[in-house]
Amino acid sequence: MRLFWNITLGGVSEGLIFASVALGLVLIFRATNIINFAQGAMAMLTTFIAFSVLGKGVGYWPAFVVALACGLVLGGVVQLVLIRPVQNKPPLNAVIVTFGLLILLEGLAGAIWGNSNRGFPAAFSQSGLVVGHTSIAFSHFDVFIVVAVLALVVLVALLFRFTTLGLRMRAAAFAPEAARLLGVRVSWLLTLGWSFAAVAGALAGLLVAPTSVFSPTFMDLILVYAFTAAVIGGLDSPLGAVIGGLVTGLALAYVGGYLGGALEPIGALVMLIVVLMIRPEGLFARPTARRV
Amino acid sequence: MIKLRLPGWARLPRQPLLRHLLFGAVGVAFFYVLSISLSDFNDFQLGEVGVYAIAIAGLSVLTGVNGQISLGQGAFLAVGAYTLGELEVHQSINLVLQLLIAVAVSALVGLIIAVPATRLRGPYLAGMTLLLALALPFLSDKYSSFFGGDQGLITLPPNAPGSIDPQRWLTWIQLFCALLVVVLLANVLSSRFGRSFRAVRDNEVAASLAGVHVARTKVIAFVISSACAGLAGALLVLSTGVVNTGEFPLSLSIYLLAGMVLGGAGTLTGAWWGAILVVYLPNQWSQSIANAFHANHLVGANLAVIIFGAVLIVVMLAAPAGVQGGLRWLGHRLVTVSTGPKPAGNISVTLQDQPVSKQDRDGPESDRAATSID
Amino acid sequence: MLEISELSVSFGAVSALKGVSLEARQGSITAVLGANGAGKTTLLRAISGLVKAQSGSVRFSDRELVGLPVERIVRAGVSHVPEGGSVIAEMTVAENLQLGAVWRYGRRDRLRRIAEIYEIFPALATRAKQHASTLSGGERQMLAIGRALVSRPSLLLLDEPSLGLAPLVTAGLMAVLADLSKGGDITTLLVEQNARSALSIASWAVVLNLGSVVVSDTAAAIADDADLRHHFLGF
Repeated sequence: MRLFWNITLGGVSEGLIFASVALGLVLIFRATNIINFAQGAMAMLTTFIAFSVLGKGVGYWPAFVVALACGLVLGGVVQLVLIRPVQNKPPLNAVIVTFGLLILLEGLAGAIWGNSNRGFPAAFSQSGLVVGHTSIAFSHFDVFIVVAVLALVVLVALLFRFTTLGLRMRAAAFAPEAARLLGVRVSWLLTLGWSFAAVAGALAGLLVAPTSVFSPTFMDLILVYAFTAAVIGGLDSPLGAVIGGLVTGLALAYVGGYLGGALEPIGALVMLIVVLMIRPEGLFARPTARRV
Repeated sequence: MIKLRLPGWARLPRQPLLRHLLFGAVGVAFFYVLSISLSDFNDFQLGEVGVYAIAIAGLSVLTGVNGQISLGQGAFLAVGAYTLGELEVHQSINLVLQLLIAVAVSALVGLIIAVPATRLRGPYLAGMTLLLALALPFLSDKYSSFFGGDQGLITLPPNAPGSIDPQRWLTWIQLFCALLVVVLLANVLSSRFGRSFRAVRDNEVAASLAGVHVARTKVIAFVISSACAGLAGALLVLSTGVVNTGEFPLSLSIYLLAGMVLGGAGTLTGAWWGAILVVYLPNQWSQSIANAFHANHLVGANLAVIIFGAVLIVVMLAAPAGVQGGLRWLGHRLVTVSTGPKPAGNISVTLQDQPVSKQDRDGPESDRAATSID
Repeated sequence: MLEISELSVSFGAVSALKGVSLEARQGSITAVLGANGAGKTTLLRAISGLVKAQSGSVRFSDRELVGLPVERIVRAGVSHVPEGGSVIAEMTVAENLQLGAVWRYGRRDRLRRIAEIYEIFPALATRAKQHASTLSGGERQMLAIGRALVSRPSLLLLDEPSLGLAPLVTAGLMAVLADLSKGGDITTLLVEQNARSALSIASWAVVLNLGSVVVSDTAAAIADDADLRHHFLGF
């Protein structure tokens, strides 16, 4: 039974990480109908930048802020330079461009920082918390993961629900032409949406790096798990992305814990196939499907 | 305007099958001459060009003609390769049969992936194939006794008849298969299937109104593409001599996609350009480029990946019709200048020729359709 | 004062507007009439910048609008209600109205202005918190017009507001429009297939056919011209 609870706890913190990447995917998808396959690679890059900043001896939190800020800039630049030209082309072109960016960023990171596995420090202790007299598989750092991702989710919810910026971003995503006729600067909001998504990704990168090998490809699997999570959540619902992330995280934790870690990616593939067979619009999609 | 009129005997046959067979025969002659004039190592690489041309041609049909994408074509090469490896380990059967079984198994895996993914519009297939490419190596870790673990499975090159050099014989087999596949694909594209592939790419709703079964068409295109990849994988490991997961990293899928995009999505001729790039850039050219710029070893090791990534982006932004599209555009210009407008090609395909946006038309080259074989 | 001269729009080889010229007086309602495909919708879309004009000019309050992006044209005081209203179904009624005012007003003025809209369309006030997807066709049209009015436009472009509405609802809507223009601040261009009800509230009318102006006169004169009605207006 102890094993079960430890696996569950691990699944929750993994799932929240998937959720933060999935949230970025969903923010971009519902605004631009593009899946950003470079979401993970962009997060990898900002995390490596944080790694270099840490190397200068400035401490963890300044590096943390630098990574998020770089995400903000990187997301905007990517949208302006690479995505805008393919925005009104067949969707395939955008897939190829984001996939090209994925590999380009991984190549650049390899050329700058090398392809070997490194270690990335955690903000807090990674040894298990002690409850009663037993140590559980949940550390201070896991608590930080939970708090950071929940804070991100709450911020996104507040932004969309209560601010006029969020109102305009939703309008730009749901009905770009109607929004323009109401004076909303749609193209600028799309750029901003990519920036926000990249910040969510940058956060995920900082949360993943200490718990895995840290190399230019360290976000690859996280990206496809987050994609699975986003599909389970219906691809255009932010809340669905969070729930999908938790579902994926728990499911993969059980697969990994009971059947062996090597089966986790296969488990994700099976989940994706099953979800698309049974409920292709996702488990938590809005009742009215906007796109077929 | 002056029309270029060739005498009857000099014109291409009207029957697509005849025309494609004619091209195939010319290809056989060309590669025969090329291979006997090359050294052993160059023979090996020529064979690889053929192998990758098969994989890229399949991807090109899927992406350029049918408008879907696979980010994990390398995974299907792995399926074909491991199938052949297992057959070599457990059974000694005829090579042709081995290749056919490898094709069948990878087509089956393609079917399993495609059926759920193609029921919906959107990026599902792309994401699933990416996941497949990342997940498959883990399978061989988990079941290492069956898949040979890190060492992998050993394959033996086929026995060459008579006094023919074994490497050269293998190269011929690989190139023959490549030409065969390209001729077969060209026929598929000029058939009813080809028309429904394009119809689905251009407008799914219109295609279904015209009686095309959209989901089935997409599945067929994907299965064709994965079957091609499976054959390529099986042929590839015949020359490398070993099947292990190191042969099929995610970067292989990326190379194939970049080769397809650079050659020109949807053109079978372009697949050969792409294959040349995939064979020579990572192994030789990138090292020469890095040396020329006195770059350090990290840059040298990552240069191929960087170039392929940049190729994907730049081609998509600047010239979505790729090399073959560019050549055709150039040829079209020259012919137009000298003899007036040329009749449209038989099989026109690009990523670009659907009017998606009212405000945003593309550059001149993307409007020119690229022909699959001509 | 809206002055359009020699405005031409084409989509590829098809020309949708062929040198259209018209004037709309300050504070008046001008009906734009004509059959399907006459170019009425394109005319509105060209004024609001949704489609690019190949040539010609659109001057409003002595400002050239051709070539400006949509967002700038909106800020010049032009509100365009496209066909079908295009309310954002995923948002509530209140959010839709907010959106119309965001570029112009801060929070306090916005709420005051929205309250004024609720006075014009009391039906919307009772549904403020409902999603726009739950509204009836007439309510949607009211929301779309209300949303366009929130920012106090000086030029209102209405594309087929009566489309799909019951006759009684249409009559109510036309009465509201007539009322709005009484203040003299809003110049309205009213595109309608339903020529009869449009002419009942318009002071001027323009008839388009195949992208060109056939006639432009007072609404009363056009309503009286039996020949014109028969050929172009279908009543």
